[in-house]
Amino acid sequence: MSANQEKEASDIHHELHSHLPPEPALRVKAIESLLIEKGMLDPATVDAWVETYSEKIGPKCGAAIVARAWADPEFKARLLENGTEAVKEMESAGWAVAHLRVVENTEDVHNLIVCTLCSCYPHAILGPPPNWYKMAAYRSRAVREPRVVLQEFGVDLPDNIDLRVWDSTSELRYFVLPQRPAGTEDWDEEHLASIVTRNSMIGTDRDLDPSGGDK
Amino acid sequence: MSRPESDAIAPLARHDDEPVFDEPWQAQALGLAFTLSERGLFTPAQWSATLGAKHRQVLADGAPDNAQTYYEAVVLAVEALICDSGELSAERLDERAQTWRRAYLNTPHGQPVHLSAGEDGA
Repeated sequence: MSANQEKEASDIHHELHSHLPPEPALRVKAIESLLIEKGMLDPATVDAWVETYSEKIGPKCGAAIVARAWADPEFKARLLENGTEAVKEMESAGWAVAHLRVVENTEDVHNLIVCTLCSCYPHAILGPPPNWYKMAAYRSRAVREPRVVLQEFGVDLPDNIDLRVWDSTSELRYFVLPQRPAGTEDWDEEHLASIVTRNSMIGTDRDLDPSGGDK
Repeated sequence: MSRPESDAIAPLARHDDEPVFDEPWQAQALGLAFTLSERGLFTPAQWSATLGAKHRQVLADGAPDNAQTYYEAVVLAVEALICDSGELSAERLDERAQTWRRAYLNTPHGQPVHLSAGEDGA
């Protein structure tokens, strides 16, 4: 084979490989196709989950819960007492929530959520976790040096505020109820929900900005 | 105060606005895990323990601490739990992944890829 032919063969080889999905994608296809053949998997179930999880459920579901808790003290009491049951009152709940405990931020307390084992998260009401939540760096540092982690997210927590770090598990997920900012007293729930950030419900955001909403 | 480990890594907030799924297989892998757990093939506790172990393993093997590595661990955890259940063997999964690989290589770009294109004699 001449040098040109070798180059051509190499280019064709490269061209073919460039269309080849990455190894994990091939492995996912292998798992799916084998389980479908065994009658253990309906591909429509996986597709429906992916669509719901990535498109329909998101931080807006969580923000609606926060807004209702701010607007309705009785709902807030139920939410703090038994989060699992209280979120069922919301129309937006995606699917069955594992045990949910809602922890409230106050003037003196800030709450931060982590999963030190893997990536347990209140998916059913917040959608997929952000990438940093799944990284080993966050999972270890949120416990070891939570105030430094908060600084990286722009939260300078005064030393006199009690910082509580909650380690989620597959059986018990946590959700932070952020503080309602001043100047929002006459707002309706929709308006209130518009200023609630995803990170404030994980604890990597604290002071919500009343001018930050979309109306 | 010296914090060598903190200084050595990028601030976490830099990853705040990254897309959660870069590629469809990442969402499908999580969807598989959820669907199989709902079906009772494994418990949520088994899932989190296995995912945690696989994630630690790939990081210890030198993979970077990023979302791609996390989803690779998700695939490994799903495979491990399926094999533990006795429903499929690791060899069977390897063999099928190879067949898909050949199917992609044997199929001109832009055309739908069928598993049969990777089977022996295709």
